[in-house]
Amino acid sequence: MDSYLVSGINGSIITISGKTNLSMSEMVYVGREKLVGEVISLSGDKTTMQVYEETSGLKIGESVQATGSPICATLGPGIIDNIFDGIERPLGDISKISGSFITKGCNVPSLDEKRQFDVTVTAKAGDSISGGEIYAKCPETPIIEHRCLVPPEISGRVTYAAPNGKYRVNDVILKIKDPKGKTHNLTLCQKWPIRIPRPVGRRLPLSRPLITGQRVLDTLFPVAKGGAAAIPGGFGTGKTMTQHQLAKWSDADIIVYVGCGERGNEMTNALEEFRELIDPKNNSPMTYRTILIANTSNMPVAAREASIYTGVTIAEYYRDMGYHVALMADSTSRWAEALREISGRLEEIPAEEGFPSYLPSRLSDFYERAGYMQTLSGREGSVTLIGAVSPQGADFSEPVTQNTKRFTRSFWALDKSLAYARHYPAINWNQSYSEYVGDLSRWYGENVDAHYMDLREQIRDILYEENRLMEIVKLIGSDVLPDEQKLIIETARIIRLGFLQQNCFHKDDTYVPLIKQFKMMQVILHLHSQSQRLIAKQVPISKIRNTGLYERLINMKYTPNDDMTIFDDLISEISEKLDALMPKTEHAQEE
Amino acid sequence: MRIEHIGLSEVNGSLVVIDGVKNASFEEIVNIEVNGRSRVGRIVQIDGERVIVQVFEGTKGISLTNAVSTLTGHTMKLALSKDILGRTFDGLGRPIDGMGEIYPDAERDINGLPMNPVNRIYPVNYINTGISAIDALTTLIRGQKLPIFAGSGMKYNELAAQIVKQANIADGEPFAVVFAAMGVKNDVAEFFRSSFESSGAMDRVVMFLNLSNDPVIERIITPRCALTAAEYLAFELNMHILVIMTDMTSYCEALREFSSSKGEIPGRKGYPGYMYSDLASLYERAGMLKDKRGSVTQIPILTMPNDDITNPVTDLTGYITEGQIVMDRGLESRGIYPAINVLASLSRLMKDGIGAGFTRRDHSDVANQLFSLYARVQDTKALASVIGEDELSESDRLLLQFGERFEEKFIGQGAGVNRSVEETLELGWELLGMLPDNQLDRISPETRKWRAEYLKERGGEKR
Repeated sequence: MDSYLVSGINGSIITISGKTNLSMSEMVYVGREKLVGEVISLSGDKTTMQVYEETSGLKIGESVQATGSPICATLGPGIIDNIFDGIERPLGDISKISGSFITKGCNVPSLDEKRQFDVTVTAKAGDSISGGEIYAKCPETPIIEHRCLVPPEISGRVTYAAPNGKYRVNDVILKIKDPKGKTHNLTLCQKWPIRIPRPVGRRLPLSRPLITGQRVLDTLFPVAKGGAAAIPGGFGTGKTMTQHQLAKWSDADIIVYVGCGERGNEMTNALEEFRELIDPKNNSPMTYRTILIANTSNMPVAAREASIYTGVTIAEYYRDMGYHVALMADSTSRWAEALREISGRLEEIPAEEGFPSYLPSRLSDFYERAGYMQTLSGREGSVTLIGAVSPQGADFSEPVTQNTKRFTRSFWALDKSLAYARHYPAINWNQSYSEYVGDLSRWYGENVDAHYMDLREQIRDILYEENRLMEIVKLIGSDVLPDEQKLIIETARIIRLGFLQQNCFHKDDTYVPLIKQFKMMQVILHLHSQSQRLIAKQVPISKIRNTGLYERLINMKYTPNDDMTIFDDLISEISEKLDALMPKTEHAQEE
Repeated sequence: MRIEHIGLSEVNGSLVVIDGVKNASFEEIVNIEVNGRSRVGRIVQIDGERVIVQVFEGTKGISLTNAVSTLTGHTMKLALSKDILGRTFDGLGRPIDGMGEIYPDAERDINGLPMNPVNRIYPVNYINTGISAIDALTTLIRGQKLPIFAGSGMKYNELAAQIVKQANIADGEPFAVVFAAMGVKNDVAEFFRSSFESSGAMDRVVMFLNLSNDPVIERIITPRCALTAAEYLAFELNMHILVIMTDMTSYCEALREFSSSKGEIPGRKGYPGYMYSDLASLYERAGMLKDKRGSVTQIPILTMPNDDITNPVTDLTGYITEGQIVMDRGLESRGIYPAINVLASLSRLMKDGIGAGFTRRDHSDVANQLFSLYARVQDTKALASVIGEDELSESDRLLLQFGERFEEKFIGQGAGVNRSVEETLELGWELLGMLPDNQLDRISPETRKWRAEYLKERGGEKR
């Protein structure tokens, strides 16, 4: 391969003067320490590269080695239950080489090359096989079966298939002779350039929700499997907590968690928590379905830029096997800042707030990689993207939030004042929205209850009405409101404290099945309508308040998740207690 | 053999350009001799044989012809040994206390290296600071980075000094304090020194001082020297280190000055676009590691221009650090010390470091209840300012009384008062007792039960 000399260094950007044979996005090794880099611009007299590691100490005149291929993710068994940096280097193996601190030039293979997998080869010699089809399977973790896929661009006739048995990732399992007569050796792993979406059969409509067990999300602002959601919020509003809850509880088969320019301690926390947490669905640790990508804020900035592409490429690979994958990126603002930093060093003309003009197109490229797909082999799989956004000064009008809003259809706005009052998840119900409600209402009707969406509407109306009333209360106090409006405020309080607020440290409240969410809505609305009846008959609201039902309902979220009869009992208790308050005269009249 | 480069091609702000330099390496240290006195610079950009050097001491008195530059062949390193304890250095890590050079046991690159998340220990051991607003509501954890956001004129230095004095950092194990001053007044540095001395800890303090009349660009190096020293003491000499860095706003202004003289495209308010990464490279050096006994805990101090918390310095800091302690001018002007705005303050590591086995079983419920009630106090205050306090309902008035007592007794504990966690939580219960039981919606039934039994036991003891 060709080799060149470094002629300029400016932070993570290095240049070679003169004409080169390098191509755009090609991976290069820079200097004695073999730092990984990528070509980002070419001109007649200068080639510019970004380097994924610290360049301090790099000298003019050191060599730049071409590799001939773009920067790729290695895809194969061993990805799950692992933690990587932004360019898919396993942090565990790096630690074995360099200790507690990450030193430069740690070139370790992405996948464990010594680990043996129990491989069942499904393709036979003589079969004709094409891109995306499965040729071998092996258990990657006790709950995930890894399906080896023929690389999308290869098809032909199988000339050799290895017998079932134990193999390592680089052992040849299959040989395919393509129509041009070229033989391809397939191992358990393959490479794919991270910036190019993996091909699929076709896009399917989004019709199933990603169930998260978080009431405010599932009920009010759901996201579809294959959809995209944004979580914007200032610091301290709980973006990371929300992302962690989603990673733990959402009903995707596989979770890719990208810590992009965030805190090191948070990644360590995620690592420990996921390891200890037992998934109730299959009784095994969460790590058996989780992939962590950690490029903390003090790790090199160019690798941060690459980390979300590495993550989404891995997500697409598992989607192609027929899995539902959810990717959490925390936070996309740090990724955008990495873009800005690199763009600044390239002396490009900036657009808004110093961000490069291609920020919107890069964001849309990323979020378009979400989708519910029919894969090349005819299976169904999905990639759901959930991106946290950290707007500067919690100002949602800044470019990253605004552009993310354009390309995602669920918007979960985190609110500082809710977080100050320790109302978690601090998702503001007036600012947030989900455009997927229409697509998903049929699923809720068929799978939970036919009235699910009706109740949701009623809950939303009460919250909306409360918001309007609070404007008045702020000016003149709540005492002057008529009782029916006070009732709205009381009911909204139950919804806020008893339904929207969710305690992620409580064993029953941290994840709530949809049926319980539905029952809770039913109980709240039953109390509301019964109270309305009383107030219409001039019963003062203080009397209803004194029944203690409000406090009961606020605490009903702590009931066990497997017993739904409690809610039916509550409904009859409400009817009983409130009927007793009905004015006697009316009974007399009726009689 | 070292090559001397005579003369410069350009001088611009703190930057000088030297042409015809061969074999330069990125971030290499350059000695520049002007009229017999040497200054230190660092290579910040290389373009062929043209290098741009940042001169820490500034470029005053430098001309295009009088400078003689020599490349040193290495990046910026700090000499370290156990003897740095009790010593005072300038912003570039050179001793200024007249006690001579350090005989180094080790030399470390001041930029440090990122900790591998796999090797970190998630911090859970709380540090008892004796300050109720911090211990109960924004608990400081060993290995955390928890900044203080303050406005000019507030008593933030006193607060930091009180934390240093009272904090039980080490639990009997060896500890030390590393103090980095960036652009602070001489008086402030002196205040800290005398407060360290009065607590008898001066021989466990390492000071790095860049005062407000010292060269501005030197400030970019000061916190890095301090953190390199802290890491050395923590991870090689197994000590628990508390790092105080003040004032980070001056640091960021130095960064801005450097960036604009380099002609970089600015982000918000003229600060460079990479300021987030740059601040992270400092703050992320806090933490604890597996296989190492020591820890680095950081308390950076930031002053908010015009008390505006959304300014880029505090904003980016808040996104990196594990919470923040925000000071409030309203409380300050009422004579409440420490004037901590508890609603805006937060400790992200608190959730796993409190409760049974750490502080006390009821800690989290009590804290949440105080937060949610105090948040309602603010709403009620806003209402009262519109309709007048007389028009408020009985329960609202009670709430306001609670708010008042909370601010005066709980937050405003006064200087020199050192409360145990027990005392703090009991005070919390006392305040909650002002309100009817049905208002305490964050106290779970389990906690109530625990509390009843706890009181019974304690009652028994007393009798």
